[in-house]
Amino acid sequence: MEIQSQFLIISIYIAFASLAVAFLAAIFRLFKGPDITDRLIVIDLSASSLIGFIIMVIIVSGETVYLNVALITALVMFMGNIAFARYLKKTLKQ
Amino acid sequence: MEILIAILLLLASFFTLVSSFGIIRLHDVYMRMHAITKASSLATILFLIALILAQPGWRVVLGSLLLIVFVIATAPVSTHALAKISLQLGIKMAKGEVRNDMKTDENSGIELSDKSSEQESEDA
Repeated sequence: MEIQSQFLIISIYIAFASLAVAFLAAIFRLFKGPDITDRLIVIDLSASSLIGFIIMVIIVSGETVYLNVALITALVMFMGNIAFARYLKKTLKQ
Repeated sequence: MEILIAILLLLASFFTLVSSFGIIRLHDVYMRMHAITKASSLATILFLIALILAQPGWRVVLGSLLLIVFVIATAPVSTHALAKISLQLGIKMAKGEVRNDMKTDENSGIELSDKSSEQESEDA
């Protein structure tokens, strides 16, 4: 796609900047979070901002192959959350 | 068409900023889960709709719809699992909690609710 209008270019910059802010907020909570589940919900936000980054790269460059990377990222996020929840439940019983 | 894509991108970046604000500023792990799950799922869906409008083609449309369905299906499941396990681990809510339906002596609360005390008296 040929990007022509100035408004779209500015909004692409804003989208990249807000995704970077979300990723930095996730990193902040990863270091500061008082409990273990505070650190686990970072997986959620960082994976969704990563999916956003990949989608923005597809929009800008036109390489639609990277959509598979976004799908796998969402799958890994889900499996990681469920696996950590099961693991914590198993440690709770002992 | 480009104006519509730009508006969708601006809305998605707004919701991304809302979720990052929520994960920094809210007081409690439950509140943070509430903020980031809904806002970032909506932001991802808006990004995907903008992608469908920007790069039309059956491969992109199929993958984007699959990803939208996947995000809608899995984000509540994973967040529910994490919220339940954090209640069972005994992580306390913030100070002004209004309602906690899973409050028992072994979870987080100090006082027992009426239901569980009735059950205890029946057992005795």
